[in-house]
Formats: sequence, C-alpha cells, structure tokens
Amino acid sequence: MSATHRLAAEGLTLAYGERAVIEDLDLAVPHGRITAIVGANACGKSTLLRSMSRLLAPRGGQVVLDGRSVHRLPAKELARTLGLLPQSPIAPEGITVADLVGRGRHPHQGMFSRWKREDDVAVAAALEATQTTELAERAVDELSGGQRQRVWIAMALAQQTDVLLLDEPTTFLDVSHQIEVLDLLTDLNRTRGTTVVMVLHDLNMAARYADHLVALAGGRVHAAGAPDHVLTEETVRAVFGLECRVVVDPTSGRPLMLPIGRHHMTAPAEALAAGEPIS
Amino acid sequence: MTAVVTPPPSSVDAVARYRVRRAARRRLVITVLAVLVVVVFAASLMIGRTFYPPGDVIRVVLGQEVPGATFTVGRLRLPRAVLAVVAGLSFGLAGVTFQTMLRNALASPDVIGITSGAGAAAVFAIVFLGWSGTAVSVTAILAALGVALVMYGLAFTDGVVGTRLILIGIGIAAMGRSVTSYVLSEAGAWDFAEALRWLTGSLNGSTWEATVPALVALVVLAPVLLALTRQLSALQLGDDTASALGIRVDRTRVLAIVAAVGLLAFATAACGPIAFVSFLAGPIAARIVGPNGSLLVPAALVGALLVLVADLVGQFALGSRFPVGVVTGVLGAPYLIYLIVRTNRAGGSL
Amino acid sequence: MTQVDTVPAPGAAPAQRPGPVRRPGSVRVLWLLVVVAVLAALLAASVAVGSRAVGWSEILAALGGSQETIGEAAVTKRIPRTVLAAVVGAALGLSGAVMQGVTRNPLADPGVLGINMGASLAVVVGLAWLGLSSATAIVWTAILGAALAAVFVYAVGSLGRGGPTPLKLALAGTATSAALVSFVTAVALPRGDIAESIQSWEIGGVGGASFRGLGSVAPFLVVGFAVSLLSARALNSLALGDELAAGLGERVVLARGVAALGSVLLCGAATAIAGPIGFVGLVVPHVCRLLVGVDHRWLLPFTALTGACLLIASDVLGRIVARPDEIDVGIITALIGAPFFIYIVRRQKVREL
Repeated sequence: MSATHRLAAEGLTLAYGERAVIEDLDLAVPHGRITAIVGANACGKSTLLRSMSRLLAPRGGQVVLDGRSVHRLPAKELARTLGLLPQSPIAPEGITVADLVGRGRHPHQGMFSRWKREDDVAVAAALEATQTTELAERAVDELSGGQRQRVWIAMALAQQTDVLLLDEPTTFLDVSHQIEVLDLLTDLNRTRGTTVVMVLHDLNMAARYADHLVALAGGRVHAAGAPDHVLTEETVRAVFGLECRVVVDPTSGRPLMLPIGRHHMTAPAEALAAGEPIS
Repeated sequence: MTAVVTPPPSSVDAVARYRVRRAARRRLVITVLAVLVVVVFAASLMIGRTFYPPGDVIRVVLGQEVPGATFTVGRLRLPRAVLAVVAGLSFGLAGVTFQTMLRNALASPDVIGITSGAGAAAVFAIVFLGWSGTAVSVTAILAALGVALVMYGLAFTDGVVGTRLILIGIGIAAMGRSVTSYVLSEAGAWDFAEALRWLTGSLNGSTWEATVPALVALVVLAPVLLALTRQLSALQLGDDTASALGIRVDRTRVLAIVAAVGLLAFATAACGPIAFVSFLAGPIAARIVGPNGSLLVPAALVGALLVLVADLVGQFALGSRFPVGVVTGVLGAPYLIYLIVRTNRAGGSL
Repeated sequence: MTQVDTVPAPGAAPAQRPGPVRRPGSVRVLWLLVVVAVLAALLAASVAVGSRAVGWSEILAALGGSQETIGEAAVTKRIPRTVLAAVVGAALGLSGAVMQGVTRNPLADPGVLGINMGASLAVVVGLAWLGLSSATAIVWTAILGAALAAVFVYAVGSLGRGGPTPLKLALAGTATSAALVSFVTAVALPRGDIAESIQSWEIGGVGGASFRGLGSVAPFLVVGFAVSLLSARALNSLALGDELAAGLGERVVLARGVAALGSVLLCGAATAIAGPIGFVGLVVPHVCRLLVGVDHRWLLPFTALTGACLLIASDVLGRIVARPDEIDVGIITALIGAPFFIYIVRRQKVREL
C-alpha cells in the first residue's frame, strides 16, 4: 500500500564543530520494517537520526532517499515521504489535540490553499489510529505523558509519510506506556507498511520490537541485522563495555539481555561472564 | 488494538465540525475587533475640544469644505487617528510575530530592546544629523535590524532561544534607553513633551508626512507576515518538528524578522516606541481568541485598538493631557507583572 | 530540600567552613593598595578635569578655599561633586554586593531589580502630591520607596518553582522598573513646576551636588554602610544555601533581613541624592570577586572602594566626552554596565538562569 522507499546513509560523516560524532558510516534502512538504533550514551544515535531527517547537514557523505540526497530534496517533498518525531517536541500553551494533529498536514497544503476534506480524513485517521479521538478537543497541556506521546505520534501520522523516524519515543514514559507506544508503532508498520526507524535506549525493548537492530559504537555501525544476530554478549561488551548474559525471552522468543554487575549475583561474575548456565 | 486505515465517516465529520466551529469563533472575534477599531477610529475623529457630528466628519474625509472641521478634523485629528491605527497594527503584528517565533510572550520587541534601538537611532538622526522623514525611518530600521542581528548572534549561536535571549534583550533595551536619554539631554532646545515622544511614544503633533511612510510599510510588509502564518504556527512546535514538516526554518525566521523589524522601525520613527503595545497585543489576543488558530490578525487589531483607546484616554479622560505611551506604559507594566506572577505560579514557560 | 542530607552531622566541626576561593593575603593587600591608589588618582582627576580647563595653581588655590578666579570657582564646585560621586558609588557598589549575596543571584543590582526606581517614584509622589520639601523627609521617602520596591520585586520573583532564579528576579525587576518609570512620568507630567526636573528622577547624575544635600543623607549612609559591612560573615554562610547556613547555626531569615535592610538603606539614600543610577551595583561585585575572591569580609569593603572609583571615573568621562556639555553619570554607567550584564548572562549556564 505504500511505494517502496530506499533510505540509506552512504559514507556519512557528521560533526558538531570540530568534533566528529559519526564517521564514514554506511547504513541501509530495510523498507517496510521496524529498525531500532541502539548504542551507548553520546555515541551519535540521535545525531544520525537528525541527519537522516535533514536537520543536520553532513560533513561528508550523504543520506539518500530513493536515489536522491535528502539535503537536496525540496523541503515539502521530503516531508511528504519522511516524518520525524523529535525527542522533546514543544506544544504551544493551550493548543488542542485536534489543532496539533492538524498541523501535521502542513506539507500537503499550498501557501493559500484551503483546508480540504482529505485533510479532515487524515486527521481523523491519525486520531483513530492512536486512540486519541476522544481527546480531540482537549488541551495538550492537560494530558498525561503517555497520552501526549500518542498525540505527537498522531501528528506525525497526519503527515501521511511512508517513513517515520522517532528519537527515543519512550523516554519519560513508564513501562506500560512504553509498551503501548511501541505496540502502536508495530500496528502502523503491520497495517500500513510504514517504515519505522527509532532510536531506543532500552536494549531489550529494541530487541523485542525491532525487525532490524543497528548497534552504533565509536561513530560507526558495530553490528546490524536481525536482533537474534545482533544482541549477543560480544556486541554488548563491545558497544556498552558491559558484561551480560543473553537468554531467550520466554514471552517473545527474542533475545533478552541480563546485565552482570558487581553485586546481587547468584554466581561469581567471572563464572557468569564465562557463560556458565544460570541456576 | 487495530490501526484504522480508513476512519469511519462519523469521526471525520466530528473533526470537520470541530474545525469549522473553531474557524467560526475566530472569524467572529476578528469581525468584532475590526468593528471596534472602526468605531473608536470614528469616535476619535469626532471627539475633541469641539465635537463634530458624524455628518461633518464624513464630509471632511470625502474632501468637502466644512468650516472649522476641515482644519481640526482634516489636518489634526485624521492624521493622528490614522497614525494610531497604523502604529497599533504594526506594533501588534510585529510583536505577536516575535512572540510566536520565539515561543515566549516575553520575547516581544519592546522587552528585548529592538524598539528602543529603533527609537534611539531615530532620535539620534533627528537631533545630531538634522534629518527628517524617510531618512529617519531608514536609520531606525537599520538600527533595529542591527539590534535584531546582535541578538541573533548573541543568543542563537548558543543554541538557546529562551531565557538567555530575553535577558540579553533586557540589557540591550537598557542601552537603547540610555542612548535616547543622552541624545535628549543634548537637545536643549526641545521641550519636555517632544522628548517624551522618544522615551515613551506619543501621537501629539502627528502629520501626514510622518504617517505616510509607516502606512506604506504596513501595506508592503503586513502581507509578507500574513503569508508566513502557517510557517510561524509550525515554528511554535520547535525547530526540529517544523523542519520535519517541511518548513525551511532559517529562511522563515529571517523573512519574519526582517518584515517585523521593518514594521516596528517605521512605526517607531513616526510616533516613538509606544510602550508595551507589541508586548500586550499578543497575550490579549490569545485570551480573546483562545486556541483557535493563528493570532497574527487578532493581535494586530488589538494593537490598533489599544493605541486608539489609550490615546483618547490620555487626551481627554484624565485631568491633563498625557502622551499615549505614558497611558500604555501605566496599563502595560502591571499586566507584564501579572503575567510573570501567573507564570511563576503555574511553573510553566510564558 | 535535597541538601538536608549534606548538612554536617552535629559531631562535625562547623567552624571549618568549605573555603570559598582562598586568595593569599598578600594578593589581597596588593589589590587593596592598587584600588586605593586608583581612587586617589581619580579623586584628583575629578577635581582637575572638567568642561573648563584649569591650571594646577588655581586648583591648589581653590582647595585652599580661594574663589577669586572663575577657574577657582569652577574647581570649588567640583569638590562636593567629587565627594558625592565617591559616596554614591561606594553605596551602590556595596549595596549591589550585599544584594547579590542575599539573593544568591549574579544579576542582582539596585537598578536591574527596580529598587532605585522605587525610590524615585516615592520621591516624585512626595514632591507632587504631599508637598515634601525638607531634605530629610525626601530621604525617608526614598528609602521607603526603595524598601517597598525591593520587597515587591523579591516577592514576585520568588513565586513558583525554583524560588528566585536570576531570570525571574531580573524579569520582575525590569517589569517593575518599566511600570515605575511610567508612573513617574504620569505623576510628574501634569505638574509643570516639577516636570522640568523630572529627568533627574529618571536618569541619575551628580552634577548638582552640594555639601548640604550630602549632609542630610549622611546618617542613613553611615547606618547603611555599618549594617552592610557587618553582614559579611552572615553572607558567607548564606552563600552555601539556606539549609547549610541553618546547619551552621545561622539564623537565616534574620540574617537575610538585616543584610537586605542595609542594602536598601544604601541604595535608597544614594537615589535620594543622585537619582537612579543603574549597573554600578551589578558590575562592581563581579570585578571585585575576580580580584579578592568570594569571602565577603574582603569583598564588601572592596566593592565600596571600587564602586567609588567606577562612579568617579564615569562622571569624569561624562565631562570629557561631551565637552562643553556633560553626560549624566547614569547614562554612562548604563552604557558600560549593560554590555557587562549581557556578558554575565552569556557566561551563566542555561539551567541556572
């Protein structure tokens, strides 16, 4: 139902001032799948996402969407294909849910064009999909954190893009709201074929919800692929500098990472790190 | 939960109905404000030391000769009232543009020093360089753009728009005011009333020569800002979100700043920096309109209404004649304090 | 609230306060000598330099009491002016240092916080409506106005989350200041007789100084200086935060109230004789902290000396730049002080604003 899009970073180098954050990075986002980018703090995962949505111009290389550099595409044209939900978007004081979601229609409207039926349809669909129809006339300030995040996703949905980038969509949410948001994104992916790319903090959430897991370290892709292949004890050691065990999550069948600290270990840490069976 | 690809017609209708309701409410508010502006404008042509009935006023405006009224209304009251409307619209529109763009009610051009920069340059050009008319306006606009540029450089390069920008603006405003005071203290031949024009703004002695440049600037620049309405609304969501919605953030911001600063500078060159109009218009308009869309037009109308009413009050309601800026200052500063108190209580951003 | 845990246990020795940046005594003494020398040079310059060029012989003669030539008469008029600039500068510098200590706010200044304007408005109201005429009554009025403005601004600025942050205090001060300026104009405008002198209540200057005017505020200044300087130890404790200061045995509310009173006395009295002069109280403490560190026992006397230097220098500058006219010292301090204010704002970390 959505056209096939190819989003990729080619030889991408990103820098703030003199300090290079990402160096010569290649990354292909699989179409119609959910991709999660993980990595240690300040490894450049948000920077990468910002550059993929043209917020940050590359120092070298390029981000390519369907064969064209995103930094050369007309702004509105790009915004009809690729949507972004930043980490902490700003809601103006007193704005209502319907108004905020309606602002997602901007790339589909000309400078003086009037509001059309298809705009209303898009807003209504976005509200339904995120189960926020009931909240439409409420002020965004009054909503709970989980509701607010769903409203922001609704705004990105009203934009009707085939590719959706999200920067840590679950930060500041408690665990049930995290699951709610990630389930919602999975629904979008399954029913609409939306390509989802998100930066996630929580490795286990990433492994559970992503089809494609990208681990960044030192400004490069350390490992990329199916979570079963990427989330290994070696990768976690290399990327986070942390000893851990990886077991199979009995609820999802995906890999589950269990960190090894210096305390509260049932067996000596060395033994666990060496891979001896738990219990 | 299953995501819905095609929403039921009922919910589409609900969305459409809500949108239409909000648009209607906005239109109603704008209409009422516009009518009020016209009524007060007409009243300010009729009221004065001598009262002229509407018939006389209309005949004067149409260019007919009416003994007495032709001079009083045509030469004194009409340019004054027109300048009040033009300056009010300009200050209101420019103020709400800054407030929307910087997402902060305190970031209005009179709080952050742009108006006082324009005023200082205008009075400098008049007193020291002996200039008048368009040259003064151009000096004012250059100075205001300079101040805006300095602010941009000082505050935006840090990647922080909010509090730092406002505090820096407070510093710049203090410098602008002290330059104005210095220039005025040098201009010994001036009387106090004339000096007040450049300190707080005044419509006394308005002439067509002063009014026309401001009017032309309004006609040229207001459409530029109105065409940016949607972009400015998107900028309210933060630079990243706006950019993701396909807005060219930097270009929009530069265009909006240049247009708003132009409006401010021409109005300031004509009647001085009328205190707090650009700060007040936006929040008042927000109160009246509610969360029903862009504030640009309502805020412009509120600005015009403020200046017209304050000028009438300053001329006739109090024992002696006060320049309009003293009235708006006395009204506006407490509102600023109220806004700070309210915001501090709520703990949110302005 | 969160600092409760860090209050030293009763057993710990509270006498050993965490030392603020310690400067070797010799450095401080050196700077003291430098500042005193600069002050002496500026005092001499202020008497010697003016819109009229005068020879040294005339200056010496005038200092001896002679007023025979025009030059000697001009110099005689400069003497009270110089003394006034020194006293007002010292009062404002010290007042700003105490205010920054009391509010723990780097942007605190009698001008920025609108306190000088409060004094101005009170005086203008007194002159226009209450028929005040005696110098003492004017000083009392000015101090009352300053105190009211200080309490008001502090109350508005401390509402809500985070207490009195620099941003909230500066905004409350600026807004109050703007309101007060409007009121000063509105009150004075209908009164032609005092409207002429209105500018001296909007922009401060030391041009019209006389020893008689100075004498009427002297008692207030003396009390203000004494109270402020004696608050040094309390301010050192307060600098560590209210909880910790209380843990060190300081009676926080009382200490803060007394120090604030001293500060308000100083800036109210200064405004009563010279009109509102901004930014001296902002700039001086920052410079002095660089020279002698953050120990208020050294800092406070230093700010008084440096404040005197700054105001005399500004006054001399105002006389030189605009020859044969003069620029009010309030304008000069704003032109010097506002960029400094911006510098401090830029240097602060965002979350501290």
